[in-house]
Amino acid sequence: MSLLAEVTGSLGSIGYGLAAIGPGVGIGIIFGQGVQAIARQPEAYGVIRQNMILGFALTEALALIGFVAPFVYGK
Amino acid sequence: MSGCGFPAPGAEIFQFDAVFTFTIGSLEFHITKITILLFICVFLILGFFIYAFRKPKLVPRGAQNVGEMGYLFIRDGIARETIGKDGDRFVPFLFSFFFLVWLCNFMGIVPFAQIPVTSAFAIPVAFAVIVYITWVPLGIYSQGFGGFFKNLMFPPGVPKAMYVLLAPLELLSNLIVRPATHAIRLFANMFAGHLLIATFSVAAFYLLSASLVGIIGSVASFIVAIALTAFEALIQALQAYIFTLLAAVYISGALHAEH
Repeated sequence: MSLLAEVTGSLGSIGYGLAAIGPGVGIGIIFGQGVQAIARQPEAYGVIRQNMILGFALTEALALIGFVAPFVYGK
Repeated sequence: MSGCGFPAPGAEIFQFDAVFTFTIGSLEFHITKITILLFICVFLILGFFIYAFRKPKLVPRGAQNVGEMGYLFIRDGIARETIGKDGDRFVPFLFSFFFLVWLCNFMGIVPFAQIPVTSAFAIPVAFAVIVYITWVPLGIYSQGFGGFFKNLMFPPGVPKAMYVLLAPLELLSNLIVRPATHAIRLFANMFAGHLLIATFSVAAFYLLSASLVGIIGSVASFIVAIALTAFEALIQALQAYIFTLLAAVYISGALHAEH
């Protein structure tokens, strides 16, 4: 089988870059909407902040898995 | 590895030689720096809180004040807010977790320790397993075996036909992915943070040479390493909070089903 295209070098960094796209957008949405919610209802700050951090943590996990996977499956 | 020869730190900076080893039966135990730091963390926390609450007074002073602030933070900020009024039962559990995880993370920026205990994957896994074996039996106990799995697999407010797809996915996500990400989140944050600090610290030495570019690069790397250390201090507290918050959310989901 002939190779049409080949990628060499640190593929882990490329993988992490790809894995960070989705969570990047997600975290932006979460904090953007969170700040908007706080601006609309400053008295609900505590609840909004807690849910904001919760959503941030759940989203961020995806990017972190992308960061760790090259170390685990690399080489 | 081709290129400039920069000795970029990798996963090997998390490997430590055993300080001493011993065997019990056929099991070989390697006591490394991380194990010792974990024991130090546990004894520091035990020591501090036993000292703080050894003779509790109605009007708190000194260490008792700090201890009560920590307790109130967990009770009002996490337990009551997430679990509700029966969350008070779980305050000791969440309280221990928050301070242990925080101190374990904090070891990453303590001079001479300088390795977050939680960046060894076994330790966040152990923490996550403790949370897992708390909320699963708790859910089965308080909702019944059928009710627990019904609430796990069939979230309300979804069209009936969707359950074909949703039920196995929810089961997988709640029972397998949830504890896995709970451990990976803490581990990967500490791993990444420590690696970042290490990379810039190594760069500060590597770039140091008698040329102008070398000095500028070295000083810039050093400043970034210092700034990252401050940033890490923030992330460490945040991750301890998130770990505890998620534990509280899981317990809350096990105690009362969503409606």
